[in-house]
Amino acid sequence: MTANDCLQVGLFLAVLLLLVKPMGAYMARVFADAPNRVTRFGARAERGIYRLCGVDPAEDMGWKRYALAMLAFNVLGLLAVYALQRLQPWLPLNPQHFGAVSPDSAMNTAISFASNTNWQGYAGESTMSYLTQMLGLAVQNFLSAATGIAVLVAVVRGFVRRSAQGLGNFWVDLVRGTLYVLLPLSLLMALLLVSQGVVQNFKPYVDVPLVQASSYTETLKDAAGNARKDAAGHALTREVAVTAQTLPMGPAASQIAIKQLGTNGGGFFNANSAHPFENPTPFSNFVEMLAIFLIPGGLCLTFGHMVGDRRQGWALLATMLLIFVPLALGAVAAEQAGNPALHALAVDAHASALQAGGNMEGKETRFGIVSSGLFAAITTAASCGAVNAMHDSLTPLGGLVPMWLMQLGEVVFGGVGSGLYGMLAFAVVAVFIAGLMVGRTPEYLGKKIEAHEMKMASLAVLLPCALVVICTAVAVLVPAGVAGIANPGAHGFSEVLYAVSSASNNNGSAFGGLSANTPFWNVLLGLCMFFARFPLAIAMLAMAGSLAAKRHVPESAGTLPTHTPLFVVLLACVVIVVGALTFLPALALGPIAEYLMSGH
Amino acid sequence: MGKLVRNALAMLVLMTALTGVAYPLVVTGLARLLFPAQADGSLVTREGKPVGSALIGQSFTDPKYFWGRPSATSPMADNAAASGGSNQGPTNPALTDAARQRIAALRAADPGNAAPVPVDLVTASGSGLDPDISPAAARYQVSRVARARGLPPDQVLALVEAHTRGRQFGVLGEPRVNVLGLNLALDALRKR
Repeated sequence: MTANDCLQVGLFLAVLLLLVKPMGAYMARVFADAPNRVTRFGARAERGIYRLCGVDPAEDMGWKRYALAMLAFNVLGLLAVYALQRLQPWLPLNPQHFGAVSPDSAMNTAISFASNTNWQGYAGESTMSYLTQMLGLAVQNFLSAATGIAVLVAVVRGFVRRSAQGLGNFWVDLVRGTLYVLLPLSLLMALLLVSQGVVQNFKPYVDVPLVQASSYTETLKDAAGNARKDAAGHALTREVAVTAQTLPMGPAASQIAIKQLGTNGGGFFNANSAHPFENPTPFSNFVEMLAIFLIPGGLCLTFGHMVGDRRQGWALLATMLLIFVPLALGAVAAEQAGNPALHALAVDAHASALQAGGNMEGKETRFGIVSSGLFAAITTAASCGAVNAMHDSLTPLGGLVPMWLMQLGEVVFGGVGSGLYGMLAFAVVAVFIAGLMVGRTPEYLGKKIEAHEMKMASLAVLLPCALVVICTAVAVLVPAGVAGIANPGAHGFSEVLYAVSSASNNNGSAFGGLSANTPFWNVLLGLCMFFARFPLAIAMLAMAGSLAAKRHVPESAGTLPTHTPLFVVLLACVVIVVGALTFLPALALGPIAEYLMSGH
Repeated sequence: MGKLVRNALAMLVLMTALTGVAYPLVVTGLARLLFPAQADGSLVTREGKPVGSALIGQSFTDPKYFWGRPSATSPMADNAAASGGSNQGPTNPALTDAARQRIAALRAADPGNAAPVPVDLVTASGSGLDPDISPAAARYQVSRVARARGLPPDQVLALVEAHTRGRQFGVLGEPRVNVLGLNLALDALRKR
């Protein structure tokens, strides 16, 4: 790694830590039960929304009602996205006249965006109309993120409330998260992005003449789509002149802002944040990286505020950083070391003042190695899934990092809201393990952890693991699964493992070589995304419901303090051990085998 | 249950209006007001006519132009309507073959140049539309471009340096040269 690599990583972490503190305090106000400066500011708008929707904001929902409201809202959203894609040829704002999306792809995309995954089997600029992107995809970017935050806030209330039945009101939490957190931040960020060159308009695509005309060779096909051959059996081809370039347009900045802030990750364009219209400069890249961690990081501190002990929030944030920083540095170092297969050729891949060097396949010049490697770690530590470099072309170890960060259960920052409630499940498991060691009933934040809580926490921890392992096995056993693989050897298995890990942890990034827009992959990954998102959220709400009903146990000499470095290390170990034990065998067949065979 | 679904439906419609209609329209309005050129794609014009976007790479294969990053878009390189990378893994033989061909093409266009080829000239970019190359990649091509245009290499090198942008704010990203901008400047030289 070069000095500048370290400087850019250090700068990112410093700015992040400066921003999460005020962010955490602000969100604690937004979700406070008592009215305060923030919620009084938007009280009239809020009241108007509740009246129009026939919602009683004073209703305190039990966990079952909270879960039901969450589920109903998300399933309706999912159906709306499906309908928009199927009906887009007959709807307005479709200047490129894109046809209806196929039923399996539309279903996959609808689940993908409603579950905050944003796995994309399609290419944005050649599939989705502006209307579908705006009214379907961007709306779900907001609402799935707001849903994650709402569920988290309800789970935290389970720890805070004593002998209570309710966890709060889903509609109020949803509206507040959207109105006070996501919308203002998105507006600010969208304008920052436009200032750097991200497009924002409703124009049709623009054709510009090329400075140097060129041509390409096209293979002629008959009506059945087979290559036509001449008498000697050679394929018939023709030269096609290229004199113009079609520049895509659209309301991109507004969607990209929330795609990053809401840890959604679904690109407006196919190349996602590698596309110069989606991420034009190093500064836009820096803003996009910060935006991914801002809310998940801030929520850790919001949690500390809500439970009345800020150290608890810092401890969770420290745990996340403890896992994240070494893995991020590892990814950057692996990419900077480059690809040995190219080193054998007459290629200069050394870092210098004139070039980034390293493994530049699938990377953009303006980002080089460090801004790409760091982005890859951030987007997979959080369940964002936006990419600014093609993960399929990462070095074996550089690709192992993002894959494993997803497999850890998306709890190292993770999705907005969902990352922290996942981490809370691990925290409950950690205090339980500590309790077993000393032979005491475990407690966390003044609540006894008993059989029911442990069942729900274990379910939340193990469900994504089980989905990854089982569905990867299914995919490599079925011809329709193997058919999508693009790269030969161990890397091909990595493509499958990565795809299933991504969907089963609601990340959404991909080893893009895998041809996943087929009925088999659309259905398999659609199921993974749905079951990773909603049952897990419901299990955590069930845990919170039971916790809220309990009395508060005062701290005693036997209580394990959960704000100390000791607990931070214990929690990090639990996360890593579960992730390592479950996935090392599979990783050995993919990235590790590829590393060993690549001539290092 | 019926009430819950009605609530959910009303909430979805209202939130869609807010985040799916009002929000993008406000952003579009403000973008048009504050950054009109960027919002419309940072178009580059020559003699009043657009010839591309400063942010989107174009394919250059003529020895008299600087060549950009290899592009894996289909069916032709730098197809801005279908962005994407090669998605070839590091151990894929196709990746090494492609690199070998690119080196051969560069060597054929500039037989006297035996320097190792900067890595960004032999690897496909992530978007397939990378507008930039590294300063090392630009310098590697100076001798070829100078010969093809009958210009002194020093003059071409000076032009490269004038078009080299450092790290943003001195820290972020990597130094780079915008290929379209550099090539337009080269064409402008000839006309003078």
